[in-house]
Amino acid sequence: MGLLYRLSKPEQAIAWEGDMPITSRYTMGIAGERFFRAILDDEALWGTCCPECDVVYVPPRLYCERCFAQLDEWVEVPNTGYVYTYTIVHVDMDGNTLEDPRIMAYVRLEGTDGGLVHFLGEVDPEDVGIGMLVEAVFKDKAERKGSINDIAYFRPI
Amino acid sequence: MKEHVYDTTYLRTRDFEEGKVLFETWDPNAKYTWDAGIAIGKFFQELKAGRLIGTQCLNCQRIMVPPRMFCEHCFLPADAWVPVEDTGTVVTFSLCYVTWDMNRLEEPQIPAVVAIDGASPGMGILHLLGEVDPKAVTIGMSVKAVWKPAEERTGSITDIRYFKPLGGF
Amino acid sequence: MSRDRVAVVGAGMTKFVRRAQETGKELAWEAASKALESCEMTLDDIDAVIIGSAPEAFDGVHMKSEYLSDGCGGWGKPVIRGYVGGGTGVFSPIQGWYHIASGLFDTVLVICEEKMSSCQPHPQGAFLTIFDNFTERPLQPNLLWIFALEMNAYMTRYGLDKRDIATVSVKNKRNAADHPAALLGDANITVDDVLNSEVLAWPVQRLDVSPVTDGAVALVMCAEHVARRVTNKPVWVEGVGWNLDTAYWSSRDLSYPVYVEEAARMAYKMAGITEPRKQIHIAEPYDPFDYKELHHLEGLMLFDKGEAPRAAADGVTQRDGDLPVCPSGGLLGVGNPIAAAGMMKVAELFWQLRGEAGARQVPGTPKRGLAQAWGDLMQVGTVIILGA
Repeated sequence: MGLLYRLSKPEQAIAWEGDMPITSRYTMGIAGERFFRAILDDEALWGTCCPECDVVYVPPRLYCERCFAQLDEWVEVPNTGYVYTYTIVHVDMDGNTLEDPRIMAYVRLEGTDGGLVHFLGEVDPEDVGIGMLVEAVFKDKAERKGSINDIAYFRPI
Repeated sequence: MKEHVYDTTYLRTRDFEEGKVLFETWDPNAKYTWDAGIAIGKFFQELKAGRLIGTQCLNCQRIMVPPRMFCEHCFLPADAWVPVEDTGTVVTFSLCYVTWDMNRLEEPQIPAVVAIDGASPGMGILHLLGEVDPKAVTIGMSVKAVWKPAEERTGSITDIRYFKPLGGF
Repeated sequence: MSRDRVAVVGAGMTKFVRRAQETGKELAWEAASKALESCEMTLDDIDAVIIGSAPEAFDGVHMKSEYLSDGCGGWGKPVIRGYVGGGTGVFSPIQGWYHIASGLFDTVLVICEEKMSSCQPHPQGAFLTIFDNFTERPLQPNLLWIFALEMNAYMTRYGLDKRDIATVSVKNKRNAADHPAALLGDANITVDDVLNSEVLAWPVQRLDVSPVTDGAVALVMCAEHVARRVTNKPVWVEGVGWNLDTAYWSSRDLSYPVYVEEAARMAYKMAGITEPRKQIHIAEPYDPFDYKELHHLEGLMLFDKGEAPRAAADGVTQRDGDLPVCPSGGLLGVGNPIAAAGMMKVAELFWQLRGEAGARQVPGTPKRGLAQAWGDLMQVGTVIILGA
């Protein structure tokens, strides 16, 4: 036997199916709570600023990853920015073809060192380009929950 | 050292229920298919036939249950399939009154480690005990497998329903 | 083998809580910034970062150390995560030790974090896959089974009285009442409270078990030439050891943790310890369950086999006893954010050996302490010995 042993019939191959029965519940955190509350309540985007390192973090962070200082200086940032890079998504998570391709972009927000990954809307894929100026389109207040999806998408200005 | 402890913000269950705190939830939705592999595949074929089987390392003579394709002590391939008994000894047991997600069970489950007769000493497997008063279970008790009827067996560890005390108890 | 001496020079931690609002990386930063502050260092002083955290499924974040890295001070630095399950909290400072002892780095920041509250409905769901997919999971086991089976094997082998074992839970929860970060400190708990608590999986009852917890702990470790510069009270790493038993847990001797003994022998040899009972002044063995503290004390050869429960009941392991054990309050009292809990023990030795443990300070002038953790598929022992 040893390593030379092989199953003689394919039906002898046995497999067991299972999963991990958990749901993850993520808190937004100290900085995240304030960021998403401002989106929920005021359609506003905020960042935190490290004066020492001259960095404005969006999404905001509780601390500066460079100098490790606690960041207490909050700044409201514009809901406009430019397309830093983008992709056109043709398949869903399971590999099925999407009827309408979606445009995903990393939007660098004006005056900050950060930005958001989000969808682009009100634009044809062929018209999108790196450097394009865009703005956030917020959902109606009634639909907002304090989530990144409270922004429907970014659209060209 | 009190000054070296950060005053972390704690939440109560009701903070989530009452919307006092923002959160996202996510279900990994990951389904796995695990292959039984060579040794356990054969073990399950034998279970379906109502038998327990182990493997032996001829270098150290150990008879291993559940069977393995190699001996972790000698780090050599196992040499032979060896039939073992469907009887054994209770090495340890528990009376479990909760499910994994901490719901209460009225009647306790009795998980036990059973050292299988015919295998090397200490070769225990995890299973359940049945047909026994929980108060009467003891470490060292002799037990025997209670098999499902042949037509219900699927090649699984659950082809053995549970182990019950061997006569005399 | 000649190696650079390695010292612990700073420690910090978060409060241990049942559910933190902080994200995992925010917890990590809270602990790390406290540790740096404690030795008046900044991130610029740190050459490398070591992250310890237990299974991804608890936080619900894959590539967990990459996710945690900015909160751990890992920006632009050499970063590594070590992982030996519950043994991680003591293994991470061991990694810190060899990063420095090898001569590769002068100063490292070691952070252990766990946010178990993310895992719903219960972190046990993430533990289910540690059971063998074929020979065990179809029986629908839960994690408590392993502990209950081990506790019963231990009690039966040595004819132990559950009342003696329960004194560990009482001692640790009382000790934790003096710990500013503790989740379950209770100065008034009694043995009867433990013995009358809900039976989960006999012999395990509710108050025999440590709680699900969120938290983080951080240490700053450095080479001797740096340590001499930054502090007049360095705490030296004198010995380290780790060892794994077989992955087939049901084939192990469940009444005695031989892997802890092997890990301890490795650490004692390195530290030149020949009589651990005389030469170890404080022990912080891993105590996720009360019986585990005793089990581990025996594996560490600090008590004879089967003798630790009686000694505990006789007060030997109290804070003012002959061998103070878990003066911190341990996992049973301070809480059990897996990896962070293990390193909380190392931080406790640091504070105790510097005489900075406040109300928890062990009397006399302890010179040497040992911390130990346990985990993986319940088969790893990790041991570190610190000396003043």
